[in-house]
Amino acid sequence: MDNTTIHLEQITKVYDMGGAEEVHALRGVSLNIQKNEYVAIMGPSGSGKSTLMNIIGCLDTPSSGLYQFNGANVSDMNDNELAKIRNKEIGFVFQTFNLLARSDALHNVELPLIYAGFPSAERKRRAKQTLEHVQLGDRAHHKPNELSGGQRQRVAIARALVTDPSIILADEPTGNLDSKTGEEIMALFEDLHRQGNTIILVTHEADIAAHAHRVNRLRDGKIERDEEVTKRISYATA
Amino acid sequence: MKYFLTELREGLAISFRAIRANKMRSVLTTLGIVIGIVSVTLMATAIEGVNRAFDKSAAAFGTDVLYIQKFPWVSNEDWMVFRNRRNIELSYVDKIERRATLVDAVAPAVLTFRQINFGNNLMEGAVVTGTTYSYISAAGVTLVDGRFFTAEESNGARPVCVVGSSVVENLFPREDPIGKTLRVVGHPYTIIGVLEKQGGLFGTFTADSRVYVPIKSFLAVFGSRRDVTIQARVANIKWMEDAKIEIEGIMRQLRGLAPGQPNDFNINQQEILTETFGPISMTIAAIGLFITGLSLFVGGIGIMNIMFVSVTERTKEIGIRKAIGARRRTILLQFLTESAALCLIGGFLGLMIAFPLSKIIDEFLPTSMPFSVVFIAIGISLVVGVISGFLPAYRAARMDPVEALRYE
Repeated sequence: MDNTTIHLEQITKVYDMGGAEEVHALRGVSLNIQKNEYVAIMGPSGSGKSTLMNIIGCLDTPSSGLYQFNGANVSDMNDNELAKIRNKEIGFVFQTFNLLARSDALHNVELPLIYAGFPSAERKRRAKQTLEHVQLGDRAHHKPNELSGGQRQRVAIARALVTDPSIILADEPTGNLDSKTGEEIMALFEDLHRQGNTIILVTHEADIAAHAHRVNRLRDGKIERDEEVTKRISYATA
Repeated sequence: MKYFLTELREGLAISFRAIRANKMRSVLTTLGIVIGIVSVTLMATAIEGVNRAFDKSAAAFGTDVLYIQKFPWVSNEDWMVFRNRRNIELSYVDKIERRATLVDAVAPAVLTFRQINFGNNLMEGAVVTGTTYSYISAAGVTLVDGRFFTAEESNGARPVCVVGSSVVENLFPREDPIGKTLRVVGHPYTIIGVLEKQGGLFGTFTADSRVYVPIKSFLAVFGSRRDVTIQARVANIKWMEDAKIEIEGIMRQLRGLAPGQPNDFNINQQEILTETFGPISMTIAAIGLFITGLSLFVGGIGIMNIMFVSVTERTKEIGIRKAIGARRRTILLQFLTESAALCLIGGFLGLMIAFPLSKIIDEFLPTSMPFSVVFIAIGISLVVGVISGFLPAYRAARMDPVEALRYE
């Protein structure tokens, strides 16, 4: 169990919609993800994949079940402890990028470091370094509206990477990009995986999921299938 | 602690960016605070000014002088009671001087309001006062030029006078008044001395409009059946109460009062004024500050309103920050800083407007902006900012990140 980053056991999530209605978003999901895996969570709309992602990302807590992150029991944690995990161990990448529009790329990337309590000089150095890592070193002082969609997503990825997190959690990362830019981003994820990062990809598109090494298919709140990707899409990068 | 400072600095940076991004809105919001601070500051300034002017007026009476008069300075009783008393007689002065051991100067003062002139320069309502040469010792006045009467001039009812600064301003705007002869409704008096300017509350109770003449001349010119005030300076201020009792005893003898009969005279002192004015001043101050404080309160509500809007507008941003790892406390601090910054800016602007305004008002009403008001105004702005911003900031801090991220 040493290398298990994510351990989910019979996770359920029930939403009370007021009155008699209850929505069972997750009906008992069990899942293990090891270090340096590249896993895709796939499913149609309404399958519960967003809910599962939010729980894995410590943005939401399960109604029942066990969630251990790097061995620690997340279900017991209070708001501050969850915030700390989100800050240091989880790197989010969103479909809509979710950058701060009024700040430049450098400031967006250093934000997690600010919340982690790093001093200013150290923050700027690491942020600059991470931007260079995603090939955006020369755009550090551009604001999001001065960047293309692909570049914005790179900034978001840099922000996700800057605290050296245990997992990178990407929710439809290419959903707002054209197919060519989308491929560039998926190539970047492949690089990151090869460099040792653990990547969890949430998507409803089969050809995006095919970039991962393992796919979990979600349907109606349960995992239907958990299998290795046979026909993987890969890139030969320098 | 260090982390708190970083959070604060980040919060301030975010605040200023947000304020600058919505300039028009920030200006309108701060306006409430600006007006609030201006009114509260001006009110405090006016109160301080009136208090200071009063103190100057009261000082004119001298802290160690007792005034023996028919009327009390402050009373709840019917004025007629005092009106019907016998006059205080000029003859008491010598007797009091001889019998009292705790006072070192006694002088009478009797007054009337007349028009005076020098050549074509006129002054209405000059306070012509008849007194003796002892007056300069028995009262709280200082000469700035010339001298007071000598004993010969006083006893000989010579037509000499000592004038206050307003008399000089009105009748002798461009020349030295010493040696010149002014006329009090036709009667000539030669100026031998000028008194120091006192100022005071709206020009009342000061020596500035006085024309002091020897009392014997006064009584000859203006009539002898007049009510006299007798001023006695106590030799040592520590003996004030004892001197008062001593003089009371002497007066009762002079008036032929039997034991058990109440006094038919009053011994007044400066303390009466300050004791009476104090509570009045405080009540007016409290009411005034309360009313102007209301405008500040309204300003604070405006801030709270806008902060709620600001929080709602930035729901998505709050969601992002929380996803990145911001704790509730951080979000709370961020928005508190923003509302505090808005209010502090309003406070500074308010002070910058209030200061020149207070100078203008000073022309009509005595005002003075004490330094403490500046600090208090800044402090109040800060407090208003934190209180007004708290509820919106709390709401921001408690937002569910998942829902916040979904917000469009």
